[in-house]
Amino acid sequence: MPQLGAVAVNTNTTHRLSGWGRVPIVPGYEVRSENLDAITRDVPLTRGLGRAYGDAALPAPGDLRVAGSVLADRILAFDSAGGLLTAEAGLSLDELYRALLPKGWFTPVTPGTRFVTVGGMVAADVHGKNHHVDGCFGRHVVSLRLRVADGRIVHCSREEHPDLFLATLGGMGLTGHILDVTFRLARVSSPWIYQEVERVPDIDAYMDALKTSAKSWPMTVGWIDCLSKGASMGRGVLLKGRWAEPHEAKQGFPTLGAQIPVPFMFPNGVLGIPTVKAFNALYYRLPRPHRAVVHPAPYFYPLDVARDWHRVYGPRGFTQYQCVLPASGGHAAVRRFLELVTRGGGASFLCVIKDCGPEGDGMLSFPKEGTSIALDLAMRDDTQRLVDQMNECVIAEGGRIYLAKDALTRPEHFRAMESRLDRFLAVRRTWDPDGRIRSAQSVRLFGW
Amino acid sequence: MALNVLMVGATKGIGRAVARRLAARGDRLHLVGRNLDDLAKCAEDLRARMPAGARVTISHGDLEQPGTFDHVVQDASDALGGFDTVVITAGLFATQPDLEQDLAFTQRMLTVNFANTVLFCEHVRRYLLARGRGTLCVLSSVAGDRGRKPVVLYGASKAGLSAYLEGLDHRYRAAGLTTICVKPGFVRTGMTQGLPDPPFAADPDEVAAVAIAAIDRGTPLVYAPGIWRLVMLLIRHLPRFVMRKVGF
Ligand SMILES: Cc1cc2nc3c(=O)[nH]c(=O)nc-3n(C[C@H](O)[C@H](O)[C@H](O)COP(=O)(O)OP(=O)(O)OC[C@H]3O[C@@H](n4cnc5c(N)ncnc54)[C@H](O)[C@@H]3O)c2cc1C
Ligand SMILES: NC(=O)c1ccc[n+]([C@@H]2O[C@H](COP(=O)([O-])OP(=O)(O)OC[C@H]3O[C@@H](n4cnc5c(N)ncnc54)[C@H](OP(=O)(O)O)[C@@H]3O)[C@@H](O)[C@H]2O)c1
Repeated sequence: MPQLGAVAVNTNTTHRLSGWGRVPIVPGYEVRSENLDAITRDVPLTRGLGRAYGDAALPAPGDLRVAGSVLADRILAFDSAGGLLTAEAGLSLDELYRALLPKGWFTPVTPGTRFVTVGGMVAADVHGKNHHVDGCFGRHVVSLRLRVADGRIVHCSREEHPDLFLATLGGMGLTGHILDVTFRLARVSSPWIYQEVERVPDIDAYMDALKTSAKSWPMTVGWIDCLSKGASMGRGVLLKGRWAEPHEAKQGFPTLGAQIPVPFMFPNGVLGIPTVKAFNALYYRLPRPHRAVVHPAPYFYPLDVARDWHRVYGPRGFTQYQCVLPASGGHAAVRRFLELVTRGGGASFLCVIKDCGPEGDGMLSFPKEGTSIALDLAMRDDTQRLVDQMNECVIAEGGRIYLAKDALTRPEHFRAMESRLDRFLAVRRTWDPDGRIRSAQSVRLFGW
Repeated sequence: MALNVLMVGATKGIGRAVARRLAARGDRLHLVGRNLDDLAKCAEDLRARMPAGARVTISHGDLEQPGTFDHVVQDASDALGGFDTVVITAGLFATQPDLEQDLAFTQRMLTVNFANTVLFCEHVRRYLLARGRGTLCVLSSVAGDRGRKPVVLYGASKAGLSAYLEGLDHRYRAAGLTTICVKPGFVRTGMTQGLPDPPFAADPDEVAAVAIAAIDRGTPLVYAPGIWRLVMLLIRHLPRFVMRKVGF
């Protein structure tokens, strides 16, 4: 019997769960409550807003029930002088924006959507346009309250149970259920963004421009056209930004508008090569002001304009592939990778390229010094083969892939990319000898 | 002018969203609830959103203890230095099959949602009228608009509540009491967690925005989201033989 404060148990086993790419879709359901402590006692996994693309936030085969953190979204403490914030794991960046940006504070690191929870940001150790300066989200996390596999609640930080803490940053929920997160907010000079846009003719010029602008800009990111070949391979648009100074800022606060719904599922194949080609050509040529003061939402979260935009990929869904290629390989490595993608005809609506700064201390944290490349791929019969080929290229270059996006990587490929894996699994084994905490992704990649 | 608001049910769901919106714009809040530790955390959450120096206070109150309502009103009045607005979002729910199997819970649900909410409103009504004027905003539901298969018992509790709120508005508006009845459709909160989203499912913040606009304008009856006004107009006019056949 559902009672307030207690947890209604949903026994409907026909429910399905998926990540943002809707590949794969698995049997399972979420139990939600404001009381995250109560619902994490006997489940193998906690998930947030389900923005991981692949199977990171899905129950393993045979498991059905997972905890959903989104109702547990309170700010528990905020020091308005120093910016230290403690929040329940379900607090979303959307809510944080509304609550604290008007007061001049914001998350020091944000991914490309504001519909993520702070728990999910810790678990994926997310990075943003400022990675080359500010590192991953985990760098700004001070401590965590975590429910570990045996049911105990443990406080951890870089001083207290550091192994557990560092394995949890980027650990994809596999060390336990994150209940509260304490992290440092960044003071912003105004709630508006000062942005400069540069059009770049090919991949070498793009890489040079990225490198040069990293020296003077705290935030850089760019988009390239993955379908153009030959001399114009990798032509693109580079966006450079920083928080606007008070004298540059526009009047008033940049409020968040409602999202435009995508009310129905598009047919498969709408985002095929012809559409993407046309879009990319248009996007490249689109006239843009060279410099402007812009609203932070379309700047940080261009895709959040539309709600459920993943529906445009059709019922077969899509996958995102993101890898980082080490700086040592230089432009040539990026060129080799892109040649593989253009040859594979991997029509990608979005191909986002960004330089990463040094690796953080999260044990499985994704970024390392080099170039990150992210592609959206509509699911087709040959997608697995393309992913395999890209992974082989990444292994050869000494790079790695991002688990928050992954659905298709083979275990042997992941192991070959991840020299830190044994250390991570050893910590996981110490805190969870019976393998109680697990996800579809962990079973796929690690076998438990 | 900032409002001085007594809230019952601000710990969760729609109430949490209403409290956050009121806090952000600088209204003064007093939260009443069953668990003081939990209320303290909610108050901290609101403080982080309030303009510097704004206050939020808490005290104990339980809609299952009608004998204490006098004190609850007095405590809130003391904490706020008098209040002019009351928002009641507290309520109980369970699905029709679950309620049919558990008469004890059905009794609690009927008592909290109808009898005790009405009794609490009666205390508040006297208080606000004695002060000269005020606003009482209570969450009812579209479930009270028509007797329907999936919400026979819960809907009955809300039908009674809606009727009371309408009568109160007719009787006391001229004397200074503005009564507001908010009727949401399906809202994604802990109350409905685990149930599949029906059409027009809303997030609590959308409902909060509608409720606050109604408080500001003194609108006596609002549906949230607004589309439900139309949907319920249709459903209210469906013949009984149709209602016996359909599942909604
Ligand atoms: C449009 C879009 C843009 C994106 N851009 C970026 C980007 O720029 N940079 C970047 O780094 N990422 C990016 N991402 C990925 C996203 O930031 C991560 O997948 C993030 O983890 C999602 O958070 P969530 O709350 O939705 O978590 P979910 O997707 O629900 O879960 C993700 C992982 O975190 C774990 N987890 C979540 N909450 C908890 C908890 N309370 N306790 C323990 N484990 C938990 C889950 O088990 C799962 O392994 C993007 C995603 C989208 C859809
Ligand atoms: N969700 C919907 O789909 C929906 C639709 C139509 C109408 N409504 C109505 O809208 C209102 C709010 O719903 P919701 O979805 O926000 O519910 P919710 O998330 O379950 O929150 C209910 C709130 O009521 C409080 N409460 C319950 N019993 C109480 C008692 N005896 N004394 C004091 N407080 C008590 C709870 O406090 P604790 O923290 O102490 O538990 C909680 O704050 C309810 O009246 C509901 O019937 C909801």
